[in-house]
Amino acid sequence: MKPTDPAIVWLEEKPLGLGERLYLPLFVQGLTTTARHLVSPKVTVSFPEERPRIGNPLLYRGVHRLNKDAQGRVQCVACFLCATACPAHCIDIVAAESPWPDREKYPESFQIDELRCIFCGMCEEACPVDAIELTSLLDLTGRSREEMIFDKEKLLSVYDMTKDAEPMKSASLTGGSAHAHAIPAGGARQGGLP
Amino acid sequence: MPQVIVDGTEIEIGAHERLNCIEAARRAGKEIPHYCWHPGLSVVASCRMCLVETGQRDAATGKITMVPKLVPGCQTPVKDGTVIVTESQLVKESRARVEEALLIDHPIDCPICDKAGECLLQDYHFEHGQPQRRADLQPFHSRRRDVGPTVTLFVDRCIMCTRCVRFTREVSGTGELMVTSRGAKEEIDSFPGFPLDNKLAGNVVDLCPVGALGDRDFLYQQRVWFLKHEPNVCGGCATGCSIVTEHNQDTVYRLKPRENPHVNKWWMCDEGRYGWHHLHDPARLLAAGRRDDRGPDASWDTVDWPAVVTRLRADLAAAGGLAVAVSPMLTVEEAWMLCAVARSIDPAAFLAVGHVPRSGTDETFPGGFTIRAEKCPNRNGVEAVLALFDPAVPTWEDLLAHLRAGRARSAWVTAAYPGAWIDAEAAGAFAGLDCLVVQDMFPSALTEATSAPVTWRLPAVGFAERSGTWVNAGHRAQCFEQAIRPPAGVWPEGRLWWNMLGRSGLYDPPAVRHQIAGAAASFAALGGDVPATGIDLRILQLATTESSSPA
Repeated sequence: MKPTDPAIVWLEEKPLGLGERLYLPLFVQGLTTTARHLVSPKVTVSFPEERPRIGNPLLYRGVHRLNKDAQGRVQCVACFLCATACPAHCIDIVAAESPWPDREKYPESFQIDELRCIFCGMCEEACPVDAIELTSLLDLTGRSREEMIFDKEKLLSVYDMTKDAEPMKSASLTGGSAHAHAIPAGGARQGGLP
Repeated sequence: MPQVIVDGTEIEIGAHERLNCIEAARRAGKEIPHYCWHPGLSVVASCRMCLVETGQRDAATGKITMVPKLVPGCQTPVKDGTVIVTESQLVKESRARVEEALLIDHPIDCPICDKAGECLLQDYHFEHGQPQRRADLQPFHSRRRDVGPTVTLFVDRCIMCTRCVRFTREVSGTGELMVTSRGAKEEIDSFPGFPLDNKLAGNVVDLCPVGALGDRDFLYQQRVWFLKHEPNVCGGCATGCSIVTEHNQDTVYRLKPRENPHVNKWWMCDEGRYGWHHLHDPARLLAAGRRDDRGPDASWDTVDWPAVVTRLRADLAAAGGLAVAVSPMLTVEEAWMLCAVARSIDPAAFLAVGHVPRSGTDETFPGGFTIRAEKCPNRNGVEAVLALFDPAVPTWEDLLAHLRAGRARSAWVTAAYPGAWIDAEAAGAFAGLDCLVVQDMFPSALTEATSAPVTWRLPAVGFAERSGTWVNAGHRAQCFEQAIRPPAGVWPEGRLWWNMLGRSGLYDPPAVRHQIAGAAASFAALGGDVPATGIDLRILQLATTESSSPA
């Protein structure tokens, strides 16, 4: 497009008015904003002595946890959909045949590199059995990089730690049984075949 | 030439070609979905997924008469004037109904199903199914039973295409599988007391269009969408099946047959299919080692690869009287470079074919598939290469006799066999040499028991880590690229010899191949681009013999 194109509308900056040229009204305007923040309620908290308020734990994306089923077993079926969805490639799963008769596949090892994770929540969205969830735990520290690679036991312990404060999200979202549409729900098929 | 009209497009087929609607439509770029039909098996037309509208164009008037009902495309042969309609509303509705019926009885446990990602039921439902389900379907747990030592059956995932049953009856000829019960209660099972354990059993897993048949070796090891595919050639026997090596992060997860009408059609044997585990064996040799004392506690000094290039040549040149075993596991390019290196060190070097492992006899199955007794992929290629240097082409036994007669001062043995191959007696022939060089994947009697003043132990690479050309028992040369990288720190043989020849840059198998093709009439067929299905090395020789022979 050339500068001579008739489609271009050329605008001129408005000349400064008297108030703007005097400088004082704008000065007062700015100071008013400062003063308003001085007296308004504070949003900053003195972390870690004081905990920040989490708006909606269902939406907050903090440390991961691996949910347990009704019998205390890991709910994950090792389908790798979280690892597939993960844009940071921080989930590493080793699948195996499950030791339980009513389940086919389970994660022998399940590791999340929390340092590599970008807490996008895609794993939670991808999970077909609501096994992986992001809690509202936000202060994540460790003394070494190895310590920040969470294994299955640690992720399950996060569930034990947070299950009372934050029940499984699918339960609160569907308002009922979390297992209603879990894949290996029954164990026996529901049809009438022998 | 007969003309077939596919969705309004006229295509020509060969005058004597016997095609069905699926194959004819594929020529026109239209894919007719199908489960039960497979080009290598008989037609049963039971899945009803390939139903299409057909008709006939009158040759004289050009008037088209349609068949009032849908017909199965797999069972309907095409001829001149056949009209196929694959996209009409009627056909689309029929496909959606078939998909709906199949899913009523399906567990829909895709997240834990190994087939997910390469499942025809998934693909066809996505493409031809309907978005809403009319039946109230809940995912359930599929029953599972092992039908053989390597194959497991997820009973409820099956769509009863019976490809596996027909395979065991028509190709492997063993007939272990059958259909039990009738109607909606049909199930695949093995006959009581006859588990599926024939030598081609693994093929039923590839044939299964859904996740019903699972390979226990691969079960739950990796999701298929993580796998990378490299066209490759099986090194298990002299058949040299075309395969696809499926790997991720330099780890092989499974091998699958690649369609090649000249070699293996659609199949491969279980020995080859599961014959990749040695690649990841922790016992593999990973470093170049040199030993120069005779003591019982002699230890290997690790030598850097660039130093191997010069020191190996110096050691062999100092010893003189070189005898070389050119392994039939090597590619044509590698064998040629090895011979060239050996002759550059000792112009009178004795070049022989390495040990040719054999087990049993050739086994041919009713479907035409052959498992060879010769358990190496390239004896023909290596012999053809050796013939360029020594028309006598000595064998491994000749080499041992040559050594026992004391006519060699140094020996260079290439092996790269997947397992133990040499016994103490054969290894004894190598005693008393001044210098012994062994290139193998694993420590053997040769490297551990035999001692020479100077012994080299160099690592070799496996079939998926190699690139080059193999010539199978039928003289078909197939070129392939390496699928995975060798373990860290291992130079493939070709790279070492490329450097020992003093050539610059990276090892380039096609460059060597073209050089051989230009230099030798027996390899002239490899001069141009070699198709994925390989090329018969004798094709040009036959032509030249015929044209040059006097009338």
